[in-house]
Amino acid sequence: MNKTLVQLGVAVALLTVGAIAGIKYAGDNRATVVDDAARFAAASSAGGALTQSVGGSASGRVLEVRDGESIQAAVAEAAPGDVIRVYPGVYIETVYIDKDDLVLSGVIRDGEWPILEGEKTLNDAVLYSGNDITIENLRIQHYKGNAIMGQAGNNFLIRNNRVIDTGVYGIFPEFGTNGLISHNVLSEIEDAAIYVGMSDNIHVANNEVFDNVAGIEIENTRHSIVEDNYVHNNTGGVLIFITPGLPIKTTYDNIVRNNFIVDNNTPNFGAEGSIVAGIPAGTGILNMAADQTTIEGNVITGNKVIGILITDHMNAPNLTLDPEAEPNSDEIAILHNLMWDNGTDTIPEITALKTLSMVDGDVDILNVGTSTGSCILDHDQYPTVGLGDFGTCGFTTTADIVTYLLPEPAERREITADEMGKRAYYGVCAGCHAYNVKMIGPPTQIIQALYLDDPQGIVDYITNPVKKRDDYPEMPPQNYLSEEVRRAAAEYMLTVRQ
Amino acid sequence: MSKRLQSKAVCAAFLCLSLSAFNAAADIELRDFCPAGFELTPDNACVLHTLYDGYDSLQGAGVGGLRSALPGARDGFSPQQIDLGRYLFFDPILSGDDSMSCASCHHPELAFTDGQGRSTGISGAQTRRAAPSLWNVAFLERFFWDARAESLEAQMTGPLYSPLEMGSNPAELLQDLGENERYARLFREAFPMRAGPVTLDQVYTAIAAFETSLISLNSRYDQYAHGYHEALTGDEIAGLNIFRSFVARCAECHTPPLFTNQQIAVIGVQEPDGLPFDAGAGETSDNPTWRGGFRVPSLRNVALTAPYMHSGTFETLRGAAEFYTLGRGHALPDEEKQRMILHWHIWEPELSGAELDLLVAFLGALTDEAFLPDIPELVPSGLPPVGKMPAILENLATGNTE
Repeated sequence: MNKTLVQLGVAVALLTVGAIAGIKYAGDNRATVVDDAARFAAASSAGGALTQSVGGSASGRVLEVRDGESIQAAVAEAAPGDVIRVYPGVYIETVYIDKDDLVLSGVIRDGEWPILEGEKTLNDAVLYSGNDITIENLRIQHYKGNAIMGQAGNNFLIRNNRVIDTGVYGIFPEFGTNGLISHNVLSEIEDAAIYVGMSDNIHVANNEVFDNVAGIEIENTRHSIVEDNYVHNNTGGVLIFITPGLPIKTTYDNIVRNNFIVDNNTPNFGAEGSIVAGIPAGTGILNMAADQTTIEGNVITGNKVIGILITDHMNAPNLTLDPEAEPNSDEIAILHNLMWDNGTDTIPEITALKTLSMVDGDVDILNVGTSTGSCILDHDQYPTVGLGDFGTCGFTTTADIVTYLLPEPAERREITADEMGKRAYYGVCAGCHAYNVKMIGPPTQIIQALYLDDPQGIVDYITNPVKKRDDYPEMPPQNYLSEEVRRAAAEYMLTVRQ
Repeated sequence: MSKRLQSKAVCAAFLCLSLSAFNAAADIELRDFCPAGFELTPDNACVLHTLYDGYDSLQGAGVGGLRSALPGARDGFSPQQIDLGRYLFFDPILSGDDSMSCASCHHPELAFTDGQGRSTGISGAQTRRAAPSLWNVAFLERFFWDARAESLEAQMTGPLYSPLEMGSNPAELLQDLGENERYARLFREAFPMRAGPVTLDQVYTAIAAFETSLISLNSRYDQYAHGYHEALTGDEIAGLNIFRSFVARCAECHTPPLFTNQQIAVIGVQEPDGLPFDAGAGETSDNPTWRGGFRVPSLRNVALTAPYMHSGTFETLRGAAEFYTLGRGHALPDEEKQRMILHWHIWEPELSGAELDLLVAFLGALTDEAFLPDIPELVPSGLPPVGKMPAILENLATGNTE
């Protein structure tokens, strides 16, 4: 990094965002037309409502939770398909959902909300790992970690929640495919209010985020649309990142369109050491190393440092570099946006770059670092710095792409009983039973001779084993496997021949 | 069935041969069946099946939540290769002075560790790091604490030939194995397509075959993950919720289902008293921002693998957990803190003592040794199996409680 600075021959100090090094302040590539071929994932929506493939089915019972009762107790009782209706009241608890297909739905009566209250002692309000989860109509406040955190749940629907001061993040789905986050209002979050981490096929729409360090962050994620959100008075508005050091290494094909991204000048109150702690107060959109970000139709005004900042990893501060993560922001497309009144009170590092580029006035868009295959629709529309390598976009809109949500829910695969049985037999039974060798339990061959054509006999025995043989220990019950899996394992066991 | 009988007959023929050769009452036969967890296919390969096979993971990366797929496993070795690897693993003939085997530092009774902060090599030589557990190495992409090897085969050449560890060298290893008629026979059986003398690649393949058969995915946590929620106690579930919360952030790097995301993390653990700073991956890569970085270890069976961290700084799991709540870089000397870029997840979660206890309770639910392999009673060299025992087991055996 120092070497690059020396090459520039200018003592550019560390940007709060980083040392601005590889800036392209010369060159003019506007004659190159960059079209949209192969840029966007096949538009997938079948044309129905955004909600058609996300959330719980609500096909089961309705469980009601009232003030003074426990939401978690209802979750424990619920079965897939059920709806848990939470009535107005104050619920001081962490709710965890390790089941599929549940709707957790607040009932708002006469302006009274059900409130999940963390009292600044509880870590999270809602944790979910199940698929097909809906979480809606809850006021969530004063937690230490998150309001709503998902780990690997697909087809989630998180909407119409009011989230206030819930610690590090507000709404944070991670490792999920196919999810809609809409109509939530989030404030006073010390990192990203809406943080989509390591996910695919996400839609973030019609939310309001303000008074946070970061408004909306899309990180190590593909095929997302962030649209129609009101993002104001945060430190930074919308972040599209590849964060290095994570197991999923890419970010591409994300669209940021038709958002209000205004007055994001709130002093940074991020935790020491966090990546967002380096964001200068006054940043509208920040794209770091993410590829194929398309920025269209946004109203980006009043962000005093910069409207849109595009950077690579090398120019970001205090970042551990990852040789497996491509560090450049490539194939960025800036289409028509309304940009006004940005960069009015910028940081000295940007001022220095402006001097270098012989730009006097306030700057809306800044690129630092190498950016290959990027374009802007109209080079003369905004004051920019560092866009010399940007071509001219050969396309004008993303309007054809309604959503990247999937037409059908993700991961509803049919698993055959034979596959299930084989997994259970080898994954569990084989710890004690080999085909024709005595291990902890009798050989499979002997069991086959006993239970020929009687898999249910095996199921009954393994559900409630009794001691049968003097030369073997008593078998532990296998009732932690579902009835279906026990039956499949028993049937498979009778077919094993080696 | 017929195949099995056939191979028995072959083995019987070898048995006669070996009786005359060694004048022993019984001799070593390689197993013709796969270890627990593996299906024997018609082409004599052992293929792993687990209950996690029914799930997907984002981008096929093998990280996620409770019901996410595992990373791809290395499997497909033959039963004979796996069993030959088991004999090699426990045979002190692999060390330069015939004193220690792989199991001397990776002992099955200690979850394939040695219970030491820094392992001890031949002649009592001190290494500078701990022997990591071998459970579930079939799923790993990088090996050594500093992640410098990308295969088990590359990894094992480290300890085999390090003068501080097993102190052998390729020529000596080939000579020792080549001169041993039992090994000559067993290698022919395990590698029937290749005539001629034992090769180093065959040695590495067989040991890798055995190591990748060490599967631990049947803990009570796994039962919970697959949907049997009674498998965990209330305290353990509370610990799980702390573990996956973004306050403690454990799961962000120790990500299910393997409980590692296989990345390099700079967390700023201090060395045990008096030991010099260890730059880890910063030393073995050309990435200076990895200074002080180490591979995130899996936490499966972690309750059995004390002491903790790359050089055993913490005697207990609770001490290791507490490290993460004592503040960013709290344990580092100032000059190192300036030179290192600590991981952004290292912060001040302000966990209470009660929360640390719950975390430890949860980590205990990751214990599973249902598929523990057995130690051979006899190894082909005729040397005592395992050879030098880990000190902690040696002391148990001799009644020395110090």
